[in-house]
Amino acid sequence: MFETAFTPFQSLGGGALIGLAAVLLMATLGRVMGATGILAGLLQPASLPDWSWRAAVLAGMISGPAIVLVLTGQMPAVQVPVSTTMLVIGGFIVGIGVTFGAGCTSGHGVCGMARLSPRSIVATLNFMITTGLTVYVIRHILGA
Amino acid sequence: MRLILTYFIGLIFGVGISISGMANPAKVINFFDVAGSWDPSLAFVMGGALIVTFIGYRFVLKRPAPILSASFQLPNRRDLDLPLISGSALFGIGWGIAGFCPGGALPALGTGQPEVFIFVAALIAGIFSAKLMQATRARRAGAQA
Repeated sequence: MFETAFTPFQSLGGGALIGLAAVLLMATLGRVMGATGILAGLLQPASLPDWSWRAAVLAGMISGPAIVLVLTGQMPAVQVPVSTTMLVIGGFIVGIGVTFGAGCTSGHGVCGMARLSPRSIVATLNFMITTGLTVYVIRHILGA
Repeated sequence: MRLILTYFIGLIFGVGISISGMANPAKVINFFDVAGSWDPSLAFVMGGALIVTFIGYRFVLKRPAPILSASFQLPNRRDLDLPLISGSALFGIGWGIAGFCPGGALPALGTGQPEVFIFVAALIAGIFSAKLMQATRARRAGAQA
């Protein structure tokens, strides 16, 4: 087991910033703040203006941890309790899943749910259930 | 100008992800491990993000168009199909295995930790494989028609 501290205030504040970014991106460019869609469009560019806004968002995202370091004196914790093999298998499955499912936690879970999109509500409930089942099987049945 | 503004929007997202705990696989997996070392923090991330987006979108989407673009680019499909169901189910399995989701992993790249780069490389390989499968299926459907 790998215990982590309960952080309701940081998590609520961080979540509010995620929501603020989603609202600002919709207000300015009229786009959904979905990590899957933004990354997919970067990998298969449609046009230079379409590519450049995605690149700018990604550059901003990647600068996030450095700003947290400057403001708090600490890099955000990234603790990986799984093996490299699991990271590779998990990453590959996530890539296939978000492409066919057309979204992930940010696109479906935040932006789509906020619009009460039936596809996003179903997708979010679905992946929350399969994530929970997967964690249960790995930790409590396979005992990893 | 537009790109600088977009950069700062990405930055707000990246800072939010970083302080929320979504970039930390240990916290993500513990959120789902109700039967073990449960950490309910991520419910607050989802709650905070949803409240702000739900209210903010009400105001924004009432306007005729976004400030810097001609129109809102909103997904308008409402049907539930097999790719949506199987894709989102698969995404959850991968998320449970690795502990990273795309929105958590991309900002986490900024920590420079090698595990994040391994996950993102595998994620990109998965995206390309799925696009290839989609293109093959579309070609086959086209050939049959």
